[in-house]
Amino acid sequence: MYHRVLALIIKEFLAILRDAKSRMVLVGPPLVQLLVFGYAATFNLNHVPFAVYNQDRGTASLDLVAHFTNSAAFEKFAVLNSDNQIKSLIDSRQVEMVLVIDPRFSRDLLTHQPAPVQVIVDGRNSNTALLILGYANTILMNYSRTWATAHGAPPPLAEIVPRALFNQNLDSRWFIIPGIVALLTQVVTLLVVGLSVAREREAGTFDQILVTPMRPLDILLGKSIPGLLIGVIEGSVIILATVFWFKVPLYGGLLQLYLGLLLFVLAITGIGLMISSIAATQQQALLGAFLFMVPSIILSGFATPISNMPVIIQYLTLINPLRYALVVIRSSFLQHPSFMSLLPQYLPMAALALASLIAADWLFRKRAV
Amino acid sequence: MSDPPLVLDQVTRRFSIAKRVVVALDQVSATTTPGLVTGLIGPDGAGKTTLMRVIAGLLRVDSGGVRVFGVDVAADPLAVQGMISYMPQRFGLYEDLTVQENLDLYADLQGLASGLRAARYGELLHMTGLAAFTTRLAGKLSGGMKQKLGLACTLIHPPRLLLLDEPTVGVDPVSRRELWSIVDHLVRGAGMSVLLSTAYLDEAEKCDEVLLLHEGKLIGSGPPGDFTKSMAGRSFQVRAAGMSKRVALTALTGRAGVTDAVIQGESVRLVLDRDAKPELVREAGLKDAVVIPVPPRFEDRFIDLLKIKAMAESPAKTLVMNPASRASTQTQPADVVIEVKHLIKRFGDFLAVDDISFTVRRGEIFGLLGANGAGKSTTFRMLCGLLLASSGTLRVGGFDLSHAAATARGQLGYMAQKFSLYGDLSVMQNLRFFSAAYGLTGQKRRQRIDWALSVFELTPFRDATSRDLPLGFKQRMALACALMHEPEILFLDEPTSGVDPLARREFWQRINGLADHGVTVLVTTHFMDEAEYCDRLVIMGQGRILAEGTSEQLKDHCRDESHPNPTMEDAFIALIEANDAQIAALARQA
Repeated sequence: MYHRVLALIIKEFLAILRDAKSRMVLVGPPLVQLLVFGYAATFNLNHVPFAVYNQDRGTASLDLVAHFTNSAAFEKFAVLNSDNQIKSLIDSRQVEMVLVIDPRFSRDLLTHQPAPVQVIVDGRNSNTALLILGYANTILMNYSRTWATAHGAPPPLAEIVPRALFNQNLDSRWFIIPGIVALLTQVVTLLVVGLSVAREREAGTFDQILVTPMRPLDILLGKSIPGLLIGVIEGSVIILATVFWFKVPLYGGLLQLYLGLLLFVLAITGIGLMISSIAATQQQALLGAFLFMVPSIILSGFATPISNMPVIIQYLTLINPLRYALVVIRSSFLQHPSFMSLLPQYLPMAALALASLIAADWLFRKRAV
Repeated sequence: MSDPPLVLDQVTRRFSIAKRVVVALDQVSATTTPGLVTGLIGPDGAGKTTLMRVIAGLLRVDSGGVRVFGVDVAADPLAVQGMISYMPQRFGLYEDLTVQENLDLYADLQGLASGLRAARYGELLHMTGLAAFTTRLAGKLSGGMKQKLGLACTLIHPPRLLLLDEPTVGVDPVSRRELWSIVDHLVRGAGMSVLLSTAYLDEAEKCDEVLLLHEGKLIGSGPPGDFTKSMAGRSFQVRAAGMSKRVALTALTGRAGVTDAVIQGESVRLVLDRDAKPELVREAGLKDAVVIPVPPRFEDRFIDLLKIKAMAESPAKTLVMNPASRASTQTQPADVVIEVKHLIKRFGDFLAVDDISFTVRRGEIFGLLGANGAGKSTTFRMLCGLLLASSGTLRVGGFDLSHAAATARGQLGYMAQKFSLYGDLSVMQNLRFFSAAYGLTGQKRRQRIDWALSVFELTPFRDATSRDLPLGFKQRMALACALMHEPEILFLDEPTSGVDPLARREFWQRINGLADHGVTVLVTTHFMDEAEYCDRLVIMGQGRILAEGTSEQLKDHCRDESHPNPTMEDAFIALIEANDAQIAALARQA
């Protein structure tokens, strides 16, 4: 049994490594996605173009505008002298925010009265608009505090003193790139495993294997172990790139990280084998893999928080291995979690791995005879 | 009209596959005659399709030239394409359209004026016998009907030169005859010139002239009669009384003076070298043999030509399972090894296998013969344990393989259609994998791999990627992999389809050797010639066994005064027609 499984594993690796197209699957998509996600995907805003319509002539307003222009998040695009200009600038997406300062702004401040400042944002992209408002708020708060101390005005009654744990600068890259580790491991494992049985079925070699004395369990092991190894190696390469290329700190324990990765790859291997044993052709297998991949990414918390989803959908995320893998990997990068604290992630992944492998085994037997 | 339909002048075309350069066409020169069927004959990989595509202007030549009715294809491909119609091997029928919609589509594509359509459709549908099926989806037609519809679509606009690339491949013998009569009708009636390629050598005799292609080279051309004429007086039937036909074959094969020897039913068909005398049969030890002269076949000349070419190559050896004798040779030959009783397989409403029974004894070569869809592949898959039977008994070597433990499968070898092995792996890697898959380890495994490399003469190719091997070597490797574990029972699915006649002979010689050593062999084939190699066979049609017996017994079914020497194909067609008539009679009663 051991010899047979070993022979299958060797054959599987040879089949993947000797075929130029299969080699591409291992190197091409991960590289492209790593670059795209690593550099392009960020929640942080930089250089948001904005316009100023300053009706006030006092130094206070100039000081406020300076606060905006000096921040890395904003870049002054235009200075307006009439409110007619606002509409066309926003419509043509030349600016995403317009800062409108009231003519009485400086006077109100000097008389210690509330001084209104209008912020107009482009609401077509609600997500960006909310972020811009948040940034603008922070700048205004700073401005008020500085003004109050300098002019002996009463300080704000209550204010937020934020402190972000684990990611002090709230750099979104620290959040996204560890997520890519899980994402790319899933893509590669699913493709390698998902196509493996379908490819053999197409070539007629699967029949050839089935008439040998190999048992379905041997075939299952022989098919899943290569997927497992490839997935873990692929994951490791991306972890290295994350740490040494993108400079995301890895604070947590490697053991916790790898236990999670292993269980995750095992679950994905099981799902890949299920898809592969249902599909009759490679094309069907590819379609099946994507049918699983897209919802699994959306329902994983990779980009949007699971807690924001409707409750029914939240239940659906419970059978998505990627959901748990993201928690394990992200926390292993930015904190130092204990095994116990990750148990709620490990256990469901182990259960999913077991269930999917058993299902794959059953499907093998069903399709085999 | 003085220009011939086709002039080939030193046509050469190379392909580079991986790192290898393959010469698909090597300085092929020929001229065809107008108003005739020209056969382009050769095994798979001979360059037939490449030549067709070159003539149709779909491929450029590396050197040389092609002229169709005097027009150079390279200079004016559009003018040439206006004069020809080309039906590729897999004609592009739209399976989700009906017969009529397919015809309409091709009429639109070829720009046939709508006023002319009704008459043309009527003519084509009548000729192909598809008139009753115009509303049927093309995907629901049988293989033969699809080919006929493809031909009808090709002929919507009658061409001056018709190119047909293997129109009869995978088509049952009845449809094959019908296709041929359509082609004859086109040539005699409409004066069309036809170039038709085929790998079936027996079809050469139906052509008016023949271009014989082998490994990219033209090795012969002329009327088929010229080919057989040169073989006159060299073909014999040898009936060795009191001697197994296989022993007789072994005694004759490879002997000086023997061009070719193959099993044909109960006797051996012998072709002698030009200067050899039939007396050599007695010298070979067949004392009481009856030697009857028989008319030569086209295939005899082909073998003769190949033999002259391959003089230097060593003859194939008889296959010995293992230098050390094996247990199975000592067992009684009468054991029933494969037993099938009332086997039924349903797919939904469709009855794929309808209550069949047969037995196969140890050391027998047993054939399952039938057209596509006759149920032979389904039966075969059930026997191998790849498919569950709906009902009935099925025992292979004492086990029902679909239920038996994995170890029971260790006694059978399986060679799949198309020799499916791992194309990306080298020969050695394939052998290593399959030896381990059959549970061989250590010393034993090394021994068997060495055995396979030497017996099948694969040593020079051990590191070659299997995908790039020539077809004959792929077939050898597939057989080597199936025999790694010295199986008692060997399953062969269409084992020699497409390989050249020499490789086919070599293959059967090996199989004969195995049967002599007590290995039971089960073969499926739709290739009528292959049936001659079987000790016994069943002919299947519509899921049932139509007849069972030796090939001679089956031929007796249709032997009469007008057909004193029927071929296997004649027997097959007679059986199918009788069965169809019976079904029609039953339907009338009901």
